[in-house]
Order: sequence, then structure tokens, then C-alpha cells
Amino acid sequence: MLKLIARRLLQMVLIMAVVSLILFVVFDSDKFKKQIAVAELGGFSVAAMTDDDYQKWLKSKGLDVPVYERYAQWVGGLLQGDFGKSFEKNAPVSKVMGDRLLNTGILAFWVFFLMIPLSLVFGIVAGMKEGSFQDRSVSFIAVFTTSIPEIATAILLTVIVALGLGWVPAKSAMTGGWNSAELILPVLTLVLYDFGYVARMTRASMAEVMTSQYIRTAVLKGIPYARVIMRHALRNALIAPFTVIVLQLNWLLSGVVVVEVFFQFNGFGKMLLEAALFGDVYVIQAATLVAVFVAVLSQIISDVGYTFLNPRIRFS
Amino acid sequence: MTDSTMPAPRLTLVQRLKRPKALIVLSLLMVIPLIAYVMFGEPLARAGIREIVLIPAIPATLILYALAMSSWRESWVAILGGTLVFFWVFVAVSVPFLPLLDPNKPIRPFAQPGTEVGDITFWLGTDLKGRDMLSRMLWGCQRVLVWGVTATAVAYVVGCIFGLVAGYISGIWDEIISFVSNVLLSFPVMVLFILILNYLGPSGFNIVIAVTFASAPAIMRIVRGLALDNKTRDYVFAAQTRGEHPFRIMVVELLPNVRGPIIVDACLRLGYTTVAITTLTFLGLGLQPPDPDWGLMIKEASNLMVWQFSYMLLIPALAVSSLILGFNLMADGLREMSLRD
Repeated sequence: MLKLIARRLLQMVLIMAVVSLILFVVFDSDKFKKQIAVAELGGFSVAAMTDDDYQKWLKSKGLDVPVYERYAQWVGGLLQGDFGKSFEKNAPVSKVMGDRLLNTGILAFWVFFLMIPLSLVFGIVAGMKEGSFQDRSVSFIAVFTTSIPEIATAILLTVIVALGLGWVPAKSAMTGGWNSAELILPVLTLVLYDFGYVARMTRASMAEVMTSQYIRTAVLKGIPYARVIMRHALRNALIAPFTVIVLQLNWLLSGVVVVEVFFQFNGFGKMLLEAALFGDVYVIQAATLVAVFVAVLSQIISDVGYTFLNPRIRFS
Repeated sequence: MTDSTMPAPRLTLVQRLKRPKALIVLSLLMVIPLIAYVMFGEPLARAGIREIVLIPAIPATLILYALAMSSWRESWVAILGGTLVFFWVFVAVSVPFLPLLDPNKPIRPFAQPGTEVGDITFWLGTDLKGRDMLSRMLWGCQRVLVWGVTATAVAYVVGCIFGLVAGYISGIWDEIISFVSNVLLSFPVMVLFILILNYLGPSGFNIVIAVTFASAPAIMRIVRGLALDNKTRDYVFAAQTRGEHPFRIMVVELLPNVRGPIIVDACLRLGYTTVAITTLTFLGLGLQPPDPDWGLMIKEASNLMVWQFSYMLLIPALAVSSLILGFNLMADGLREMSLRD
């Protein structure tokens, strides 16, 4: 087991190194340097710049050094916990990203807090009796909610709840300090979009367990139905959904971009889009590394948890 | 299948049309004119045949719809999904012939749905620049469908090639292809989209490239698994014994035999791609104005948070949702039917 985890972590470091090198080379192109200059100084002043001025500007930003040297410097800084400096905000990346990650973390916490019980209950109720009315209606609701893209769910919720009924603010920019009411719509959007998928996975797993021999034996022995479900079926039926739920962590990090942009919520996804549009290399690097880290970590957790919960599985 | 020994039975026209070759021809007849119309509109318009190109696509769409409905009778989910999808495809191929207002002509801004101005009625109102919403919504499905289908198709070609090579030839090729796809899969999808489109610049063709990078690794994994599973079957050994070229075995023997799961996955992926294109356009990284597009319509109206103008957001949102719902229901129905057989 430890060997497996070590191998996965090593693979992660390798992937991170490849990814960051690719990003550095991509953002070293003249086009992106120009893009940063235009974003910072404005199009006219860049067009009016002489070649000498432009070189001087590059030097002041530290962009005139060859790419491999910058990469080596960056890796060196990274090992000391220094993510570099944001061009756009003129502040250390770790500070810029820390705030945004915290915001997205709060968002993610509430999404999981609501989504997990909701999807598990729906999935179990549907899977208890395959083909019954409750099963069909839950399956239909699940297909329906996952089919509506996040952007459309966001629009529908905003129009109905915020603009029509006026219960919550339509935007979540938090301009007047932290406001929990502004968190409601983004959380609802993500929960509505995601719960159907997890519910369907839970349903499939529950339905499979319900057809197995030991459940039939338990029912035939005359154990009360509720006890069969709670004590016997759930233990095995919840193994597969656990994996799926952990992997949703990875989905959330990239799925959150459009929701955050739509609601103007200052989180990780919005930061990533802004940085990409500005050409802010160090922010993008750090954000991508965080994303890859979360992706690999959630995979490891789900794999390890799976073997832990289901000892019949062995990784060779 | 046993035709060689028996005299070929006489097939009715409908049965003939339901054979794979006829279906492929019909689908190409439906899709290619549409792609030509949207991607190569300029040269076609100069030659004066821009609208004429679409004419063969209209009967092809209707015939395909009738065939689909008659063979999917057993699953109402597939019928419902197919109807939604074919509705939008039909709109896409016939929209230049419909009596609509020009989607790019500003007439009267902020007209509520149902407003009558002179002898024109704005059934769905106008947007903030005064363009007719009904005509923009119907025209918008063209670009989404064309770029979505093209991007998915290219991703499938690339994914299938690498998947077949990795699964059938395996060895060192498998190692290399699997590592590259692992690197690509470890990026969150949106990050990959944003990075590629920001690097290449926003346009339809670059969306195709970005979607290929994001989807091909996942497709490759599916095809690789199927190829690994199938390459120890007798028909593959038979082909190897006949001395067929590996390329022929992969494309002619293996690929048609694993088409079932691939078609279901393609339906789902068409939905994802359509969502991705709409989302990217909303973020300002996808298709560019002024031509109508659902993502653009959302983007333009997204700062206008007023109840009485919310139709500007609702119309494109409902349109894109109905298309995705169609794709997903169709995939669900197809999977259900394939499990039943």
C-alpha cells in the first residue's frame, strides 16, 4: 500500500514538472510578453514604445532572462515556499492565491455539506427497489438536473430567486465585506448540477447490492426490512459512492470557473480566468499546480479509501 | 450475415435505409452541408450558392429522424431525446429558409416579448442592441451544433487512433501514449481549455483543437480498454492468420465490433462539448461576435440583472439546456436498448 502511494506521489511530481515546464515555455513566447505589456501599460503606450524601451520594460519585469534560467529560479523559489510574484496584482502569488482558495474552499464546503446527504438519500431510496416508481422518478430528476448546464442553472436560479422573488442578491462579489446570503446562489447552482451524478452512482451501487445473495438471505430470515437496509445493504452500497464523492473535489475546482465568473464570486476559478487573460504566468503556474495536486490527491484518497473499505480489492 | 449461401432476401426501402452504409451516407448528407455553410460561408457566398448547399440536408434530416423514431420505438427516453436533438438539427439546416428577421440587424432595443412595431411582431422580444431574439435563438443553434459536432468528431478520430494503437499494438507505444494522456487528464478540463484558447486565440477552429486535447485522452482510454478486451477474440486471430495488415485489423475488424459503447459515449460527449463551447463563449474565449450564438447572448445580457429583461438570459439558457437534455436522454435510451439486447 505504501509503495503504491509513493509511486503515485512520484508520478504526481513528474507530471507537475512536465506541466510547469510546458507552461513556462508557452508563456515565454513574444505574444504573451506583449500581452502582459498591453495589459499593464495600455495598448497605445506599447505601440508607441521603441524597441529599447520595450527591452528595458522586459528587464524591469525580469522577463529578459532565458526561459530555462527563469524556470530554474522559479523551481528554486518553489522549494523554499516562494511562488513568485503576480504581475497583475504586484503582490506575492501565495497571498493572492491564499485568499481566493479560502473563498472557493468555503464554497466547496457548503456544496459538499448539502450535496452528499441529498444525493445519498435519493440514490439509496431509488436503488432499494429497482424499476419502481420512486426509482424512475429519481433517475429522471437526476438526468434532468445534470443535463442543464451550470450556466443555465445559474441563470434560472438568478432569475427566479434573486430577480423574481428578491430573496437573495443576484451577484456575489462581496463588495461590502463577507455576506453569507450571497453564497446561496453559487452553492445551490453547484449542488443542483452535481447531485444527480452522485445520486445515479449511488443508485447503481445500491441496486447491485440489493440483488446479491446475502440480502436475500437476510430478508428470508425474517429480519425487518429497515434493518436489512440499514445494517446489511448500506455498508456495501456506500463504498462506490465514496470514491465518486472524493473525485468530485477535482471536478469542483474546474467546474467552479463559470459559476464564479457568472456570480462574480472572488474565488479560485475567477482568479484563474483573470490570470490567463492577463498572461500572469506565476499565478497560472501556481493555480495549475494546485489543481493538479488536488486532482492526484483526490485520486489517491479514493483509491486508498476504496481498498480500505473493501478489503476484497488488492492492488498488484 | 449468411447471405453468401442463401439468395439475398428482398429488402424494403426502409430496411435498406437502415443498413449502416445508408445511415452513414444520410448522416454525412445532413452534417457536411451544415459544416460547409458555417465554416466556409464566405467563399460559398461569393460563388452564390450559400443557401443552395443546405437543400440536400433538409430531406436527409427528416429521413434520419423518421428512421430513428421507428427503430427506437421501444424506449420513450430515446424518442424524447432524439426529438429534441433532431428539432435543433432541423432548425439549423432550415433556418436560412425560414421567414425570420435578420439576426444581426438592430431594430428596436429592449422590446418586451410580444411587442408589435408596425407590421413586425417580436415574439420573444429584442435584445439590448435591438436584435430580434427569436431569430437570434434559432440562428444560434447552427454555430453551436456545427462546432460541437466537428470538435467531437476530431477528438474521436484522434482518440480512436491512439486508443487502437495503444490497445492493439501495446508495448512501448502504450507506455508513451498512456503517459501523455495521464499528463493531459491531470489538468482540470477548464484549466486546459482556458490555457489552450488563451494561447491560440479565441476562434471556432481553436475550440476544435482545445476540445481535442481535453477529450481525446478520455476517448483513448475507452477505446484502448475495448481493444485490449477484443484483441484476444477469435475473429482477430482469424484475421491475423489470414495475414491482414495490423492497420486493417484495427480499423476494419476491431473498430466496428466495439462501436456500441463508443456511440453511447459519443452522444454524452456531444453534450459535454456543447456545454463547453457555450461556456467558453460566455467567458469570452470562444466564438466571436457579431454572429448569433447562445453563449454570446448570455454574455451580452449577463450584466443586465433586471427582472423585466430576464428573458434575454432565459431564452438562450433554455435553448442550450434543451439541446443538452436531448443528447443525454438519447445516450441514456441507447444504453438502455443496448443492454436489453
